[in-house]
Amino acid sequence: MTKMADYNGPILEIDKLSISFFTRLREIPAVMDFSVAVQPGEAVGLVGESGCGKSTVALGVMQDLGKNGRIVGGTIKFKGRDLSEMSAEELRGIRGNEIAMIYQEPMASLNPAMRIGKQLMEVPVIHEGVSEKEAYQRALEVVTDVRLPDPERILNSFPHQLSGGQQQRIVIAMALMSKPSLLILDEPTTALDVTVEAAVVELVKDLGKKYGTSMLFISHNLGLVLETCDRICVMYSGEAVERGSIHDVFDEMQHPYTQALFRSIPLPGADKNARPLVAIPGNFPLPHERPPGCNFGPRCDYFEEGRCDADRVIPMAPVHGNDRHETRCLRFEEIDWNAPLTLADQKEKMPPGKVILKMENLKKYYEVAANALFGGGEKKVVKANETLSFEARESETLAIVGESGCGKSTFAKVLMGLETATEGQILLDNRNIEQIPIEERDTKTISDVQMVFQNPFDTLNPSMTVGRQIMRALEIFGVGGSEAERRRRMLELLDLVKLPRAFADRMPRQLSGGQKQRVGIARAFAGGARIVVADEPVSALDVSVQAAVTDLLMEIQRKEKTTLLFISHDLSIVRYLSDRVMVMYLGHVVELGTTDQVFAPPYHPYTEALLSAVPIADTSVVKEHIVLEGDIPSAMNPPPGCPFQTRCRWKSEVPGGLCEREVPPVRQLGGGHQVKCHLSDEVLERMKPVIKVAAE
Amino acid sequence: MGLFILRRSGVMLLTALCLTFIVFFLTNLYPNLEKLAKTQGNFRMSDEAVASWLDANGYGGSMVSKYGQWLGVLPGWTRETEKGVTGRCITGTASAEQAAEAPTFCGILQGDWGYSTRFKDEVSDIISERLGNTGLLMFWVLMLMVPSALLIGVLAGMREGTATDRTLSTASILTTATPEYVSGVIFIAVFTSSTVGLKWFKGTATSAMDNPNFENFFLPVLTIALYGMGYIARMTRASMTEVMTAQYIRTARLKGVSFHNIVLKHALRNALIAPFTVIMLQFPWLLNGVVIVETLFNYKGFGWVLVEAAGNNDIELLLAVSVVSVVVVLVTQLISDIGYVYLNPRIRIS
Repeated sequence: MTKMADYNGPILEIDKLSISFFTRLREIPAVMDFSVAVQPGEAVGLVGESGCGKSTVALGVMQDLGKNGRIVGGTIKFKGRDLSEMSAEELRGIRGNEIAMIYQEPMASLNPAMRIGKQLMEVPVIHEGVSEKEAYQRALEVVTDVRLPDPERILNSFPHQLSGGQQQRIVIAMALMSKPSLLILDEPTTALDVTVEAAVVELVKDLGKKYGTSMLFISHNLGLVLETCDRICVMYSGEAVERGSIHDVFDEMQHPYTQALFRSIPLPGADKNARPLVAIPGNFPLPHERPPGCNFGPRCDYFEEGRCDADRVIPMAPVHGNDRHETRCLRFEEIDWNAPLTLADQKEKMPPGKVILKMENLKKYYEVAANALFGGGEKKVVKANETLSFEARESETLAIVGESGCGKSTFAKVLMGLETATEGQILLDNRNIEQIPIEERDTKTISDVQMVFQNPFDTLNPSMTVGRQIMRALEIFGVGGSEAERRRRMLELLDLVKLPRAFADRMPRQLSGGQKQRVGIARAFAGGARIVVADEPVSALDVSVQAAVTDLLMEIQRKEKTTLLFISHDLSIVRYLSDRVMVMYLGHVVELGTTDQVFAPPYHPYTEALLSAVPIADTSVVKEHIVLEGDIPSAMNPPPGCPFQTRCRWKSEVPGGLCEREVPPVRQLGGGHQVKCHLSDEVLERMKPVIKVAAE
Repeated sequence: MGLFILRRSGVMLLTALCLTFIVFFLTNLYPNLEKLAKTQGNFRMSDEAVASWLDANGYGGSMVSKYGQWLGVLPGWTRETEKGVTGRCITGTASAEQAAEAPTFCGILQGDWGYSTRFKDEVSDIISERLGNTGLLMFWVLMLMVPSALLIGVLAGMREGTATDRTLSTASILTTATPEYVSGVIFIAVFTSSTVGLKWFKGTATSAMDNPNFENFFLPVLTIALYGMGYIARMTRASMTEVMTAQYIRTARLKGVSFHNIVLKHALRNALIAPFTVIMLQFPWLLNGVVIVETLFNYKGFGWVLVEAAGNNDIELLLAVSVVSVVVVLVTQLISDIGYVYLNPRIRIS
């Protein structure tokens, strides 16, 4: 099948598209009155929270809505031809050939029982009818293009033999095999680590330029869209609410939802006491429970009764003076968009109290059989944590930052008592607890050290009411003498996490993600916890909910003087809420200091790269561009010497190959700031800030 | 890989030892032996007579030593009486010189499976003949059952909820829900009797033991195959529908792969991983579960021997049957594990 003839208009033109899913009960409109146009060579971002219909639009373009989904109105034109009028045969010729898609989960999108090479070669064989040999050459070429090492070996491997980043590169390579005119990227980096994400995003941008491909980039991450796209379309509850060029929308937003979205994400330079995040009140409406009039009305600050909730469709209105900038708001011309944010109440920074938790040279090694399934083979040692030392004080927030596999979860497990330490000590109130597994810890210790988990969906018992689960925790912690007393305390805890008391009798499935996480927090604080380990507590939640949950954690911390160990990979949020930051890489603490020290030079080279990788949703921020090559080495087979030496861009500054021979010592840079690096003081001095806010 | 098979074989051997010991223990419990003595000797034997009979025929002594003898790792028992020497390894009564020449060890390791009290014949002969019969039956059942079950399962599962799916699923539930003794009787009535008039096949498979052909062998094969087919088809269908909703199938679809190729190239291998284990589990079932069909069609196979041995308290034969069953179960499971590794590249023995 050959390509379609050249066409001068927009590559993709979606006009007043409406898509509904049909269930036995009712019709559920997923996308309503949605229009967007993608010009040749242009990248358009589609932004919104989960459930807003952005993926449905992508599948609509692919004409792959499943049995229940149907386009009920509008048209999708690709190079001037209406896709819904094409036959199955014609569609097949377009899929993968003219329009290609990159998916969210690379592992699930690749066939586990088929070699990579075969999956790649399939594309040109189907669409261009080339020979196996030629297809192989093409595959080899594209795999080299996506910068994978040793392409021949990669083509001959199965998907599970590659790392997440490599798998995503293969998915990208597959999409580029037949040089499509339109590339749809559905959250292509959500499952990846920040530094890997940065590399993948850069790759996509470069390849887009090289092949002249138009892109439809679907994401919930505003920073990422800013970095990759020319135009943006913000979606809310099945509708496009604002559309325009990146700079118009980021700098002169004209819709309350866009504004609220920006206010709920932490920006660099903002800290929790100076500028608290503004959460969007209320919850996302379910598709069959949308309010009359403006969908965002009930959560909007500028809501006007009788006008915004009048039962009529609100049209997109052009914003004058800007190029193709439109908004779906009745009042956008009346709202003063430049009005300063009314700071609710500035919070005083709590002075940190006495040292509660102290780690000294903590080590955790695992012994794994080289051959896990069939046993035997030689034992390998995984060094999950290497000489971890730090202190945490009362009412202090210590952030632990690092990518997957850096040992942050292992550390949390050892602290919680789910694992015992190999060496070193953990002192809680000057008592050693590193060798006491959780079964042998006394109630006091257990209730003192509690955890808030990453995924609120799996950590609540689905067959027990919320109240019962909290009361069960109270019972275990020995709080309250009687059932009635515990019930009273449980209701107080619900107040603390700002959930209505009526929720006590609800089942977890009746709660939204944010509400579930609040229950998780209530449970953690049930026994008056003094140390709370929060393991990525908001990363599974939507942006607008993240702010509310983060603020809640902060507030309880202020009230209870809790020590919060905040494990995260999101540097924006870490900067926003933590007092001190600990950066980990391959089990080593590479940098430790106060937030200001860590976020300003001199950096550890890894911290520098991490900072550069974080997408920032602010057009006035200029970042230095650092892309790390390769993947994180396996902890089972760490490089000799400095753990970061394989990816470090400063390595050449250290004479004599010292980095490859010796693990660098911990160096004090004054003020409690410590760095594990061989770089000399002069070199560290020379480092420039990665993130700069450009002069207004 | 070699090491893996070696280790698995070791584990298998150990399992086989344990299982055979359990069977040995249960068949050699005193009430069984008492019954044996009375059937072999005299029904009106007194308790003392039973005890002395058992002692004289080598059924005395501890369970472990008897098991060792049966296995062939301990020397077989000998007993000198005024008539001559009797013993485990000596047929009948022999003189002292003949006894000296007889082998010391004679258990299953030496290939001596014992003597069947029911058939008055060497156990090894009976087993090999009957196993051959059932093996032939099993082979044809598998040849019919597995391909058609997979075909039905894949056809039903590739488009969930369609008319094809509903029809095939109903059919497979129907065949699984109909026991062999019902379907077998119906087949005999329909295809062999003069009531319906379709005299296509023979109602008995007795002649198939010597000379199997389509006419006398198809009905028993069909009866067993239909019963097992529905089960495998259901498994395959479930696995296929799951695979068809997987994200990599969507990837293939949006790559422009035709439906035909999606099923054959992308889905099939992944969908066969789960049913494979089930298919391998059919072997032990076929070996012993065919009793009913074998009886129905008067085809004397392995299942029939098992029933005869159990019903007549034929200890040696029963033990031999269980040894064969245990070995078949373990070997098919080993094959199943190795095959699984080949089907599923995520499990690799590095």
